[in-house]
Amino acid sequence: MRLELHEVHVSDIQWGPKTEVRDHVLYVSREEAAASVSGDDRFASVRLDLARPGESVRIIPVKDVVEPRVKLKGGRGYFPGFFAPPETAGDGVTLVLKGAAVVTCGPIVAFQEGFIDMSGTGADYTPFSGTRNLVLTVEPATDLGKHAYEEALRLAGLKLGLYLAEACRDARVDEVRVFDKGSIVEESAKYPDLPRILYVCMAITQGLLHDTYLYSADLKTVLPTLIHPNEVLDGALVSGNCVSACDKNTTYHHVNNPVVEALYKRHGKDLNFLGVVPAVEDVRLAGKERASSMNAALARNLGAHGVVVTEEGYGNPDTDLCLNAKKCEQLGIRTVVISDEAAGTDGASQGLADATPEMSAFVSSGNVNEMIEVPAMKTVLGHPEAIAHLSGGAAESLRPDGSMFVELQAVIGSTCELGFSRVGCEWI
Amino acid sequence: MTIRVVHYINQFYAGLGGEEAANHLPESREGVVGPGMQLKALFGDRAEIVGTVICGDGYYGEHMEEARAECLKLIGAFKPDLLVAGPGFNAGRYGVACGDVCAEAGKALGIPTVTALYPENPGVELYAKKTVVVQAADSARGMKAALEGMARVGLKLAAGEPMGPARLEGTISRGIRKNFFSTTNGAERAVAMLLDKIAGKPFRTEYEMPVFNRIPPAAPIKDMKKATIALVSSGGIVPKGNPDHIRVSSAETYGRYDISNLDDLTPETYESVHGGYDRVWASEDPDVVLPVDVMRELEREGVFAKLYDHIYTTTGTGTAVAHAERFGREIGAQLKEAGVDGVILTST
Repeated sequence: MRLELHEVHVSDIQWGPKTEVRDHVLYVSREEAAASVSGDDRFASVRLDLARPGESVRIIPVKDVVEPRVKLKGGRGYFPGFFAPPETAGDGVTLVLKGAAVVTCGPIVAFQEGFIDMSGTGADYTPFSGTRNLVLTVEPATDLGKHAYEEALRLAGLKLGLYLAEACRDARVDEVRVFDKGSIVEESAKYPDLPRILYVCMAITQGLLHDTYLYSADLKTVLPTLIHPNEVLDGALVSGNCVSACDKNTTYHHVNNPVVEALYKRHGKDLNFLGVVPAVEDVRLAGKERASSMNAALARNLGAHGVVVTEEGYGNPDTDLCLNAKKCEQLGIRTVVISDEAAGTDGASQGLADATPEMSAFVSSGNVNEMIEVPAMKTVLGHPEAIAHLSGGAAESLRPDGSMFVELQAVIGSTCELGFSRVGCEWI
Repeated sequence: MTIRVVHYINQFYAGLGGEEAANHLPESREGVVGPGMQLKALFGDRAEIVGTVICGDGYYGEHMEEARAECLKLIGAFKPDLLVAGPGFNAGRYGVACGDVCAEAGKALGIPTVTALYPENPGVELYAKKTVVVQAADSARGMKAALEGMARVGLKLAAGEPMGPARLEGTISRGIRKNFFSTTNGAERAVAMLLDKIAGKPFRTEYEMPVFNRIPPAAPIKDMKKATIALVSSGGIVPKGNPDHIRVSSAETYGRYDISNLDDLTPETYESVHGGYDRVWASEDPDVVLPVDVMRELEREGVFAKLYDHIYTTTGTGTAVAHAERFGREIGAQLKEAGVDGVILTST
């Protein structure tokens, strides 16, 4: 499977008469872009804004972030099952507007979302203070239920990302990144002496606005399955999550999965990258037992020597994490996990809801409860008062002067358990 | 401006003698004494040891309040910016004296303090949270490294510079987790760690597994028909408007509410404020999380004698285990005091 990511480097975003990239500036036709998502009668209104790195802008409450992409060869549209035929992703050529992002925002799903600050302390903790953002804020139609709203906003974000990339499909490409890897049999014949590594990518699949989609299939109904790393990097996974902001994997995170990239980088040199198992986090213990057993069995049947397990969320998924590590280790398969910690605002509490001695190699992506102070922003896109209802926020978080004192978990992607950022916890 | 430092040492390092001089009363001298000489060299022109305070270990241990008060007076008289004590290595009484004088001086004078102790010194357990303890060897063979550590950390503290992780600062952890920015992202660290683990090479886990307290279950209820049963929930069901402002996540409090007159929780009276799940249906009918309605039916049927008059509730998402433990202890004690026989815990 060979995937070419044709990256157009975007260093600024501006409104323009037509949507295009010129000299690394993404010009967006506000009217045309709005029209691309405003046909949905579930929305009362649609509003678009721009947010650039370094600006005094807060976006709140944020639902998802999408990287603008479109298939150039080996398919059409993007996100198979949503805005492309439900066919295998990961082959051919994909255009990427690197450095740009679509951020979705709106008032209904207002309790499990987060914020993005484009400057100040909060900006240090989110990757999306570094992207040039087209912010989509939608107000729901009267009496629209939360679940319908979630779906509508999720699809609108994907659609807007596709619209941007589609409009720029002839833009000059700055960099081509190639991801090329054969079947497991071929690669194992090429690299018989390298340790075989499987990646188990846990995803929140719990229903009730806590869902992830694989080729548009609701992942909570899917048994563990093996996919090629290229599929992850080419839009097979889509976030439908309305969950604590710090450690939910946005759709942007999925297509830029850092574990996939890190394993790819060392494939054929230090290791043999077998593939990815998008793994469920069931709400029931029996479901957790079944999923972890099947994940471990897949690893064993593939002859894996080692497994990287990444978590999404905290709390009950800590049990899935433990079971995945435990069952692999018990089969003699070495395991490393990436997870965040809930060590309390003072950092003095134990940080996991469950633990097991087999989880002996742990990469920390930070304490979600650590308090940060973020300054007031000149412009607030969305609904600033939502902080009272966000995980990590409280009624007193938003001060009269517009500054906030909040837990890190209110910041989108701040403790991402894919290991996307450099934040991690240490003992002091 | 040069940083003014006071150095605290015991009678032995002041050259006054060992056990026979252990009751030496607190005294102060201008400038350096004993190991202060090496410390002075390490500080160079960045800091000046303006005075040394000396106290016998026996006296400090046996007359702690007097010794502490006297030492604080002597230290304060030098108007220091920083207090350095020891190193105390694995000397028990000396370690406690170093830890205590640092903790108290920090509190009373508002200055940074640092000492150096062996991890097993009893002073570590008592004072590591109240001062900064550089990790030292168990004996004076480690003098040079301990003094270097104290000088480096002391200068940093006096300058108000942020401290890094304990393992990099060479200090003994206070048991606190703090976020830092690493040089590589978590994914790259994970892959490197996995390759080391597979190769059987040493690797450093970033979080050692915590050990959970195992709580023995209470004895079964002998006769349910005579039992009082309480409802306790981490599902975030609270009286409408959340009167006690229980946080939507990472709760540090819980609520106790009277349900003695309620047969049913309605959307007019109760709601969910939990930040970790979809509250749509829980707010339409709070009984789906906190089943007062069903419990009343069972009570009427005589399955158990009485539903306890109060519910306890909090939000269980991102909640630190330390707070959860405290909630459990307090709620358990109150229910026991109230003669409750059994509890149904509902979660989400």
